[in-house]
Amino acid sequence: MQFLYDTQQLVDTIQHLLVSMCEAYHLPPVFVVSVVAMVVALSVIGGFISVNAMMVVLAERKIAGYIQDRLGPMRVGPFGILQTAADAVKLLLKENIMPAVADKWTFFLAPVVVMAPAAMAYVVLPWSPGLIVSDLNIGLLYVMAVGSIGVIGIIMAGWSSGNKYSLLGGIRSSAQIVSYELAMSLSVIGIVMLAGSLKLSDIIVSQQDCWYIIKQPLAFILFIIAAVAECNRAPFDLPEAESELISGFHTEYGGIKFAMFFLAEYANMFVASAVCATLFLGGWNGIPGIPLSLPPIVWFLAKTYAIMFLFIWFRWTYPRIRVDQLMGFGWKVLLPLGFLNIGLTGLVMVLI
Amino acid sequence: MKMMMNIDAICSWLLPNMAFFILAVIGIVCGVLVVTVRNLVHAVLFLAVFLLSVAGLFITLNAEFLAIIQVFIFVGAIVVLFMFLIMLTYRVSDMAVPQGNKLKGVAIVTSSVLFCLIFYILKAMKWNEVSVPITGDISQIGKLLLGQFVLPFELVSFVLLVALIGAIVIGRKGE
Repeated sequence: MQFLYDTQQLVDTIQHLLVSMCEAYHLPPVFVVSVVAMVVALSVIGGFISVNAMMVVLAERKIAGYIQDRLGPMRVGPFGILQTAADAVKLLLKENIMPAVADKWTFFLAPVVVMAPAAMAYVVLPWSPGLIVSDLNIGLLYVMAVGSIGVIGIIMAGWSSGNKYSLLGGIRSSAQIVSYELAMSLSVIGIVMLAGSLKLSDIIVSQQDCWYIIKQPLAFILFIIAAVAECNRAPFDLPEAESELISGFHTEYGGIKFAMFFLAEYANMFVASAVCATLFLGGWNGIPGIPLSLPPIVWFLAKTYAIMFLFIWFRWTYPRIRVDQLMGFGWKVLLPLGFLNIGLTGLVMVLI
Repeated sequence: MKMMMNIDAICSWLLPNMAFFILAVIGIVCGVLVVTVRNLVHAVLFLAVFLLSVAGLFITLNAEFLAIIQVFIFVGAIVVLFMFLIMLTYRVSDMAVPQGNKLKGVAIVTSSVLFCLIFYILKAMKWNEVSVPITGDISQIGKLLLGQFVLPFELVSFVLLVALIGAIVIGRKGE
């Protein structure tokens, strides 16, 4: 299992192997290495997104059952562990229905526009040293920018369904995302100031001695609230509010198109948790001061799923808030606190 | 061995240039569609694709920071705000509502004058070759913005502030 600890070396060895193979068979090395890297990265990310969504949906239903003092899914397979697999098959086999008044192309493209940015964000996630598809210099900005494209898909879905509830869901989503995106970007500026870099691997390395959750507790709270809102999850799930909008922007979607919205929600949730683990919990580093040696990728996944558990816990604990409360909270509480955090961080940095 | 180098050389030339041509065609087509389609929501969606293609062009120029900021601000915020306003406006996506006005002649004259102006300025301008190594280092941009170009930078933020106050004043008039 040594290779799990030294992933940088693993990646380098594979690359050298490929290059020497190319030289032996007279193939262009740059071309082959980049094609192989692309294919491997895309298949791993694609597979991970679907398997992760299935697991997390099951976990969510089980945790919801536990919180509400019931068993959750129990019928399919032992303890219901095959429930989400059965659900996925059911969704894939369902008939594709399009409302007569729907705007055809927009309706068709909306799930794609939601899903594609969610998958794009995985490109910069730092799984383990060396195991990053592309360690961009502006990785943090990239995650935020890509995450903000998805909302266009939600608005497209809401508008093209030709249904008032869906339209309301789309409008709510646009207002919500614009407000909370601001709070989210402000909350991470403190970390960027401390780390001096937007590169996610640099931010992790700078946390070797002390996690930023200790240095930036206010930013952590702001970030997690904004992340829950960006993922459209309860208590901020106003765009899909079942009891008011009969699930809002995806009311008219069924079968595989609905499955894509579902997949995108869980893919986004993983990205938000992974970024949170990277920024505040030290990413692939172990806990400072505790001599527990685990492979970096295990640390990363453990922290990410811990934050995901927090997300699920929120959903089954807090009631949904009203639209005016949502906007007021975003603009009058989170935004000023974000500015305060930047000011305080700057002040402390100048004094120390 | 020689063929192998050739393919690599072709790949390293073709990929960025191909990306440029594809992005340029997408940008031009979507730019034309933005001003010609009847449905306003479609126009905004095409605007989003246009802005994304411009972001792609920035990436082919190694200006990743600009590209990301382009996506972040224009696609993520401005287009979303446009959509929000269009959906709140009464009957705006209705086919019966005229989407243009009757000023075609004026529009043609102004846009062709503007086009000629930009074209000749670009042609007459002497471009300085700057040999600064291109890095994705945004601290350089930050230092320039708050050092050499601090005055225009602050001026721009002042203009934004004026726009903000103006919007609030107009919005409050009804009360």
